[in-house]
This record gives sequence, structure tokens and C-alpha cells, in this order.
Amino acid sequence: MRYAAILALLATPAFAQGQGEIWVTNEKDDTLSVIDVATLEVVRTIPTGERPRGLTFSHDFSRLYICASDSDAVQVMDPETGEILHDLPSGEDPEQFVLHPDDRRLYIANEDDAITTVVDTETRSVIAQIDVGIEPEGMAVSPDGRIAITTSETTNMAHWIDTETEALFANTLVDARPRHAEFVKDGTELWVSAEIGGTISVFDVASQGEIAKIGFEIAGIHPDRIQPVGFELTADESIAFVALGPSNHVAVVNAETYRVEDYILVGRRVWHMAFNADRSLLFTTNGVSGDVTVIDVAKREALKTIKVGRFPWGAAFRPAQGDPA
Amino acid sequence: MLRQATSIVMLGLWAGAAQAAIEVPVTWLRQEVAHPPVLSNLDEIPQDEGRAGAELGRDDNATTGRFLGHDYALETVSVPEGGDLEAAARAALARGGLLILDAPEDAVLAVADMAEAQGALLFNAAAPGARLRGADCRANLMHTIPSTAMRTDALAQFLVQRRWDDLALIAGQRPEDIDYAEALRGSLAKFGLQLRAERDWLDDADIRRNAGQEVPVFTQALPDHDVLLVADEAGDFARYIAYNAWTPRPLAGSEGLQAVAWAPVVEAWGAAQLQSRFEELAGRTMRPRDYAAWAAMRAIGEAVTRTGSVDPEVLRDFLLGPDFELGGFLGSPLSFRPWDGQMRQPIPLVTERAVVATAPLEGFLHPVSEMDTLGTDAPESLCAASEERS
Repeated sequence: MRYAAILALLATPAFAQGQGEIWVTNEKDDTLSVIDVATLEVVRTIPTGERPRGLTFSHDFSRLYICASDSDAVQVMDPETGEILHDLPSGEDPEQFVLHPDDRRLYIANEDDAITTVVDTETRSVIAQIDVGIEPEGMAVSPDGRIAITTSETTNMAHWIDTETEALFANTLVDARPRHAEFVKDGTELWVSAEIGGTISVFDVASQGEIAKIGFEIAGIHPDRIQPVGFELTADESIAFVALGPSNHVAVVNAETYRVEDYILVGRRVWHMAFNADRSLLFTTNGVSGDVTVIDVAKREALKTIKVGRFPWGAAFRPAQGDPA
Repeated sequence: MLRQATSIVMLGLWAGAAQAAIEVPVTWLRQEVAHPPVLSNLDEIPQDEGRAGAELGRDDNATTGRFLGHDYALETVSVPEGGDLEAAARAALARGGLLILDAPEDAVLAVADMAEAQGALLFNAAAPGARLRGADCRANLMHTIPSTAMRTDALAQFLVQRRWDDLALIAGQRPEDIDYAEALRGSLAKFGLQLRAERDWLDDADIRRNAGQEVPVFTQALPDHDVLLVADEAGDFARYIAYNAWTPRPLAGSEGLQAVAWAPVVEAWGAAQLQSRFEELAGRTMRPRDYAAWAAMRAIGEAVTRTGSVDPEVLRDFLLGPDFELGGFLGSPLSFRPWDGQMRQPIPLVTERAVVATAPLEGFLHPVSEMDTLGTDAPESLCAASEERS
């Protein structure tokens, strides 16, 4: 059965045309949905390991790394063929990860084990395991590669990892249930979203001190339902788009003033997101409604809803073949 | 660049050293009670019910504490039936002013009223009665187990939402059944519903053998109803009503669709992670009392983390204040009601196989928190200790 599925995939055109693709993990279907950015349609559905969540491409887009949480593995896929090439040793229950700028080290959050595992993707070996807080999830790495971050959902902390020693050098409290972290503004700021706290904390990276906190408010929606999860910034880093979970909205945040400028209605329980090549379109995964909302970034409007698999979780962009963006 | 990296590391060390080491001793204290005999032998009440939840909470707290220099020590004490609970409480309070109680209502009150308990902070993680949250509330007592009224309000919201408003009730005659039926009647009145009929279950036969003969006759006289409600909190007879009643209607209340603080079927909102941590620790599934003890321990942990104090007064003020929010894996942050010390919590409505809905249900509005549509709201609270709290 499995072979048949793979053969069927091989028979379909395996490369993107023109504008690239958005790859989405479907947590409850054990599949990836591949959306063609030009047509805004699902062009491929690819089987994965169990409960796929985080996903990221190698820098040349020749490899796709997938957190197959319930298979206790990070799978390495050839995105052309959809074939799983091998598994990486990942520790138990990998949920999210981040690829170091060296294109080689993966920092993996092991949700059930309160550990961050560092894996060398070339030798396929574990370099280090770092004890962090309970339910590690959000992962980020600074642009210069010196600092990696793990956020732990139940411990409510951002853990700062020195990537030279692979050891913690600071732990900072954030609001309840931190889910996602990103370095922004050339790595001078770290943003951490807190799902239950309903905020994004902004840290000054040099001092690890909190410099701002972004709050959200949507008319007619109870504050308890406004739960920030994933977020992404425009190319000039002036605007952040923040997924607000079961409020079914994405916030548009001015990254200079930390003020919310707009809210965009999307699908149910919006989770994570990815931009297309020129960042004119934003694709959000909506876990409960099982679809992806396409947002026109300039107009700040939802353009289209695309049905994918059950519980879409992560999203990543892959440029058209021969056109690495 | 190297210099910059060094300074970052040094700042980090300094930030770590600035956190003072704190010891946080907590006692989980149980008064053992005799469980009434029930017809079925299928259900076993685990020996470590409640305690395992407190232990998981301790482990969760310890992970955060490790990074902050906060050391959580949990002592667990179980006083045998008829044993001296107050002596055990006195010894526990001598160790520290944070107690999680798994005891009947009267015993909880007796401990809360001890001279040694004044200025301490006690968590009721087992007694669901209205009295402890109303006329007999205490300023040093908070409740992490939901009141019975919160559970019956959750069920009433569901009945309203489904427009199942023709209702009949079969009520057992044990004290906890009578309390449950009373709370249920109150909830139905609160949400504009009415019982069309009510019958007492008389416990005088081994219905396991003859449910097929007894139950149809017993239920035949009931008027038409959409749902048959049952009050049988000990799990005695209600399981034999299903499929044997005169008319085929779903059961709700103590059997069938149940409103509970926690159940093994809760898996959304990251609950699967809590369930698997608990199962790994205890070798069984998590029960409502386990969840209540876990939530009490985590509330203590969160308050210590945010205030850097173990002073029960400081912790209580923080827990009752607007800045306290606890991730409880139920979709909304948990907090405490300042007027009676009850923990606000969503209430899942479950069958044995799935979560059917989670209250508060959509459309039940409240100016402060929709969770306050469940249980006693501030204006109707009879708790006089609340003045001291604010």
C-alpha cells in the first residue's frame, strides 16, 4: 500500500512551477499537503510518520526535515520524490525544531521529555541533550548562530542556549504557556508568544531583559480565547502577523511601536504560518477547521481558504525548482 | 564579537545568582473515609487518588524551580479512618503553611479553623459542597475541586443549548446523591429548565441480575422526556438504567453524559501531554481529585515563581489577584474567584469515549469571565470572608 502511494506520487509532476509551494503538516492525518502558490491548490499529499508537526527545509531546499512526534523521529524527506530518506535520532516526541545557520545542527524540542536535543544532520548523531523546562516547544536561533532558544509551555520560560557550549546561560520567565519564539531585527530582539498569557514578550537579546509586551483585544471575543501562537514578520521586519488560536484571527502588529493595527478573520484555531517568496501572501494553518487561509499581506485581507488534511499544524515555503529564493 | 558573547554569558550567570534560594514545603493531607458498598465490583478507587496528582504537580514545579533556585518538597500524609486529622494537620503546619486537603467537608472546616492554620493557605482538593464556598467559607481556604453546582451548571447549559428541556430525574438516597440532586435542581432553575418528574431510587434489590425486569417498570411511569437525569454519585445503580429504561433516552448526570473536572478522554489543548506525564508517574489514568491536587500544587508553584515568596499571605493575595493565570490544559487559563476562593475552570462534558462539549458553552455570557457562569457568582455569594480577601 505504502509503495503504491509513493509510486503514485512519483507519477505526478514533482516540482513546482513558477511561484513555489507551501508545505503543510497534517497532525491527525500523518500527511503533508503541498499547496501550489500560483494556483492556490493542493497539488500533492505525501505520507509521513505519525503526528507530523514542525517542518523546515535545508538551506538549499534539497531536504525537508519533519518532526514526526509519535514516531519519535525527525524524518528527512527528499521533497522532489516525497521519499523518506532516513530518520534522525531526535529524542522522544519531537514537536518543533530550528535549523542552525550552519545548515547542519538541528535544535529539537522533545515535548514529553523536558529536553532539547541537538542533532548533527550530516553524521546523524546526537551532539547534546540539554535539560530545559516542562513541555519544550518554541525553538529559535539567532541569525549569527550564537544563541538558541527553547520555550517551555508548563515551566513558562525562555531557555537561552549558548550554541558553542550547548549549555544554558539564562532562563527568563514569560507569561503562561509560551509557544513560539523568533529572533527579529538582526537578532537584537527575541519575541516569545504566550498562549494562555495572551501576550508576546519582547526581549532585548544583549541583556535578556524584557523591553515590551504586546497584548491583543478583539471586539466581541473574550480575552481567554485570544491565544497567540505562531507569528512571522514581513521582509523589512516592520509588521508582524500573529496567529491568535481559537479567536480565529490573525493580528497585524507594528513591530516598531508594538501596537496592533488590524485583525484578520481566518479559519478555526489558527496555529502557524508561512509567507510566499516575496512575502506578498501569508498562509495560515487552521487546526480545527482543517484548512489554510491565504492572506493578501498588502491589503490585510483573507483571499482564499484551501482545504488540507486534518489538524494542519506547521507550514514552510519552498521556492520553485531552479529558483532558490 | 567574542567579547560580546562573553558579556552575554556573564549577564546570564548574574541573572541566575540574583535569584535567592527558597524552600517551598507543601503537605498533601488526606482523611481516609469508608466508601459505601456499591452493586458493581468493576470500579476500584486507587489508593493514591489525589496524591499522585500532587506528586505530578511537585515534579512540574521542581522543573521550573531548578532554574530559579526554588526547592519544592511535598510531604504526603494519609490519616486512617477515625484517626486524628488535626494532629496531622498541626504537624504539617509546623513544617510550613501550605496544605492541600483531600478530606470531607467537616474535616476541611475543622482544619481551617485550627489556631495554627490562621495565616496558612489551605487548598480543598476533594470536597465539592456549597457550604464551604458559601456560609462556611474561610479566608485561608481555596478550592481547586469544582463545586457540585459548577458541574450541574455545565450540564444545564448543555441541555439548554441542545433544547432538551423535557427532563426527568432518578435520584439515589445517599447524602451525596441528595446534594447532587439539589445542585441539579438549582442549576435547572438558574438556566430556565424544569423537571417534569422526579423519582427516588430505592436501593433494595440486586439490580445487576434483574435490571431487565425492574428498570422498565420503574421508568414506565415517567412522563415523556428528552433526557433521563440520574443522581448517583457513588456509581451504584445508574449504570443499570442505561438500555433498560422504558423509553430510549440518553442518560446524563452521574451516568451517561457527565460533567467532570477531568477525565481520561480530555486530550485537546495540550492535555494529552499532561495525561501522558500522569500515566507515566502513576501507572493509571488521571481522575478529578488528581487534577484538583495537581492544580493546587501548580497554583502554589506559579505564585512562588512570580512573587519569589513562600509567605502564605503574599501567595494568597497573588492567587486572588488579576495577574494569576494558570495553564490548566482545558482551553482557558485557570484563576481564582476572589469572592469565595473557588478556582475558575472549564468543565468538560464527557462520555467514556469522548469529550462531548466543554462548558462554559458558547452563548452563555458574563461581563467578567464566562467561566463565572458556572457555580456561584459574586452577587449571589454567601461568603462573608470575601471582605477580608479584597
